[in-house]
Amino acid sequence: MPKEEMVAMLLAGGKGTRLGVLTKNIAKPAVPFGAEYRLIDFPLSNCTNSGITTVGVLTQYKPLVLNSYIGSGSSWDLDRHNGGVTVLPPYVKEGGGSWYKGTADAIYQNIEFIDIHDPEYVLVLSGDHIYKMDYAEMLNYHKAKNADISIGVLEVPWEETHRFGIMNTNEDQKIIEFQEKPENAKNNLASMGIYIFNWEYLRKYLIEEAEANDDSAGDFGHNIIPKMMADNLNFYAYTFRDYWKDVGTIESYWQAHMDLLGEKPELDLQDRNWVIYSVNPNRPPQYLSEDAVVDNSMINKGTQIMGTVKNSVLFYGVKVAQDAVVEDSVILPNTRISSGAQIKNSIVGRNVIVEKDSKIGIEAAEENTEAELKITVIGDDEVIPEASNIKAGMVVG
Amino acid sequence: MMMTPIYKKGGANMNNVMAIINNALDESFLDKLTGHRSLASVPFGARYRLIDFPLSNLVNSGVTNVGLLLQTKYRSLMDHIGFGKAWDLDRKRNGLFILPPAHIYQANRAYKGDLQNFASNIDYIKRSTQEYVIIGSPNVVANIDYRDAFKYHVENDNDITIIYRELDVFRRDTTYTVINTDDNDRIIDMKVDPKKNFYKKISMQKYIMKKELLLDIIDDCISKGEWDFVKNAIIGNLDNLKVYGYPFRSYAAVINSINGYYKSNLELLKPNVWQDLFLKNGPIYTKPKDEAPTAYKNGVNARNILAANGCSIKGEVKNSILFRGVKVHPGAVIKNSVIMQKSEIGENAYLENVILDKGVQITADKSLKGDTNLPMIIAKNTIV
Repeated sequence: MPKEEMVAMLLAGGKGTRLGVLTKNIAKPAVPFGAEYRLIDFPLSNCTNSGITTVGVLTQYKPLVLNSYIGSGSSWDLDRHNGGVTVLPPYVKEGGGSWYKGTADAIYQNIEFIDIHDPEYVLVLSGDHIYKMDYAEMLNYHKAKNADISIGVLEVPWEETHRFGIMNTNEDQKIIEFQEKPENAKNNLASMGIYIFNWEYLRKYLIEEAEANDDSAGDFGHNIIPKMMADNLNFYAYTFRDYWKDVGTIESYWQAHMDLLGEKPELDLQDRNWVIYSVNPNRPPQYLSEDAVVDNSMINKGTQIMGTVKNSVLFYGVKVAQDAVVEDSVILPNTRISSGAQIKNSIVGRNVIVEKDSKIGIEAAEENTEAELKITVIGDDEVIPEASNIKAGMVVG
Repeated sequence: MMMTPIYKKGGANMNNVMAIINNALDESFLDKLTGHRSLASVPFGARYRLIDFPLSNLVNSGVTNVGLLLQTKYRSLMDHIGFGKAWDLDRKRNGLFILPPAHIYQANRAYKGDLQNFASNIDYIKRSTQEYVIIGSPNVVANIDYRDAFKYHVENDNDITIIYRELDVFRRDTTYTVINTDDNDRIIDMKVDPKKNFYKKISMQKYIMKKELLLDIIDDCISKGEWDFVKNAIIGNLDNLKVYGYPFRSYAAVINSINGYYKSNLELLKPNVWQDLFLKNGPIYTKPKDEAPTAYKNGVNARNILAANGCSIKGEVKNSILFRGVKVHPGAVIKNSVIMQKSEIGENAYLENVILDKGVQITADKSLKGDTNLPMIIAKNTIV
C-alpha cells in the first residue's frame, strides 16, 4: 500500500440514546438529516472534499443500516484501489475478542488497519455532527504549529460553557488545560470532537494504555488525552468559525433542521463548492399540486405536496394530502400525511401513516404548561389513527 | 435496494434478450435544443434525459446487455451515461456498450443511413450471447415492461414484434411512424411520416426479433444498397416475415417536434400522467448529481410544478417544469415554461411559454413570452 499522509478514523458506533425513538433501529450516524442525508454524510463528504481518501468507519451499535448505506463508498467517491472507506466492526482475535470499550479502544483495536496505510497523522472524527470543514486546513495548522495533537474547537456562548469540554489556551492557541463541563470556565473554546494526532505518539499511548490497564475505559477524553497532557505533549486548539451542530438531542435535531431554512441559512447545503454527498435515492421530481401552499421549506425529490407545508423539512417520498397542514416540522422519508391532518413542531419518523384529521403537536398537554417549546416525536413505521390527538411533547414509538 | 426485477415473468427469460438503442436518428427537429447534444441527451421531465426512459425500461425488464448506437454530438450523452452505473449496467459480464460510428473514418464519408451504424458494430451484435434483441430509440418517453411483449413475441412465434400505441390526438407538427393491423394485430401496413392516410396506431419504435434475423436483415439490406432501419429493414419485410404489433396502453410521448417536446413536458403535471410514468412498473434512473434538496424561500408562490433538487425559489412559478439548480429571484413570474438546469431568473422577470436551455440567465425585469403552440426557446448559456 502506498503511504498516506493522513488517515481518518470515524467513530460511528454511538447509540445516540438521547435521540430516543429515532435511534431505535439504527446507529446515530445513520439518522436521517436535512431532507436528503444521514448524519454520517457530513464527515464522509468533508473527508472527500478535504482530499482524504482513506477512511475507517468504526461501527458497533446496530450497524446493519449503516453498513449497507456506506456500501463500497462510491457515493462519496471513496471507492478507491488504495484506501477508500473501510467499515471496521469489532472482531475476534487469537485471544478472543471484545466490544469497543471506548473511543480510544476502538482505534487501538484497529492499529493494524492504520499501520497498513502507514500515515504520518490520524484524524479522529465523530459521526454525529453537522458541519462543513476542510480538514486539510486543520492539518496545515497542525504542521505549522508543530503540534503533536490538534483539537478542533468552537467559540461557544459563555453561559453554555458548562455543557462542553473547555480548552484553556495561551495566546499562541496552545492548550494548557482541559476543563470537562466546568462550572466556572476560564475560556469559551469547546471541543468539537475532532482530533489530529501524530500517529507515532497516538500509537504508543494507545498500546501503553491497553497493556497497562485491563479495566481502562479506553476513552480519549478520560484516559489517553489526560496522559498525553501530563507528559507535556504539544496540544493546539484549531478554532473553527463556521456552522457546527451536535444533533445529540431531539431539541437540537429539530433546531438544526430549522437552521436549514430562512433567507440565508447558516448551513448552506446548496453550496456546489462543498457538496455534501449521499446515497441519493433515485426518485421522481417533486410535485406541487394546484392547491399546494409551500413556504420557507426544504423539500426533497419524490415528494407529493397537495396540502400546506410551512417552515418544514420534508425527506424523499413524503406525501402531504390536500387540506393537510405541516408546520415547523421534520418529516422523514416515505411518510404519508392524509387530508385534514395537522402537524406542528414535530419530528415524524419514516414510513409513518398519519390518517385523516389527526392532530400532532397542535394542543399543549395539560401537565406541561411551561412556555418552553415541546417537540412531538413519532417513531418509524407508526400508524396514527384517524382523528387522533397527539399532544405537544409526546413521543410515540 | 436498487430494484427487484423479476427476470422470469410468465416464463419470459430476459437473460436471453439484448437491446440496442438507436441514437442514429435525425434530431434536427429539436432545433436549438439539439444544437450541441444528441436527441438522447435532451433534458426531459425536471431531472431526466430522454435516454433515461428506454434505458431504465430495459433494465427494469431484466435486460442486462445494452448497446448504444451513436452518430453525432454524443459528448453530453457519454458524460451522462458514463459506465452505466446509474442503471446498474457497470457489469463484468454484459452491461453497457457504446457503439460509435466507425464508418465516419472511411474514405467515403457520405452518411447513408442508420443501418450503417448497425453494420459498423456488427461484431458486438454477433459476439453477444443473447438469442433475442430489442431495438429501441431514445425519443419515446414511457414506462414499458418489455417482459409482456417478449412473452407475446415468443408465444405467438412472431418474426418481429413492434410495440405500438393507439392515439386519439395527433399533433400536426409531429412526425409519426404509423401502422395498420388486421384484427389479430398482424401489421399489414406501416408508413414513416405520411402526409395523408394516417393510421391511428403509432409505432413506439421498439422492435423485438431474433438476433440472427437482425443480422440477416442487415446483411440483406446493405447488400441491396438499402440503409434505413425502419423503412428498409422493417417495412421492407412486412410481406416476407411474420410481423405483429403489441399494444401498449399506458402513457407514452413520442418526441418528434419542439411543440411536442414542450407539451409532453407540461403534460407531466397531470397526476395520472406522472403516476403512469414514474410510479408504475420500475423507477426511471438517471445520473445522480448530489444536489441538495430544493429550498422554497419565504414568500414563494409555487403551484402545479414539477421540480428537481437544488432549486432555490422565491418568486412565483406556475404550471412549469424546473430542472436541477434553478434559481428564481423574488418578484419573478414563470408560467407554462420548461426551465433547464442551472438557469437563473432575475428579480421581477416575466416568463410565459418559454423553454430555457441549461444555464440561461434572465436578468431583472426582462419579459419573454412565447405562444402556447410555439414556445420561445432560449439557447444554452444565453444571457438575456
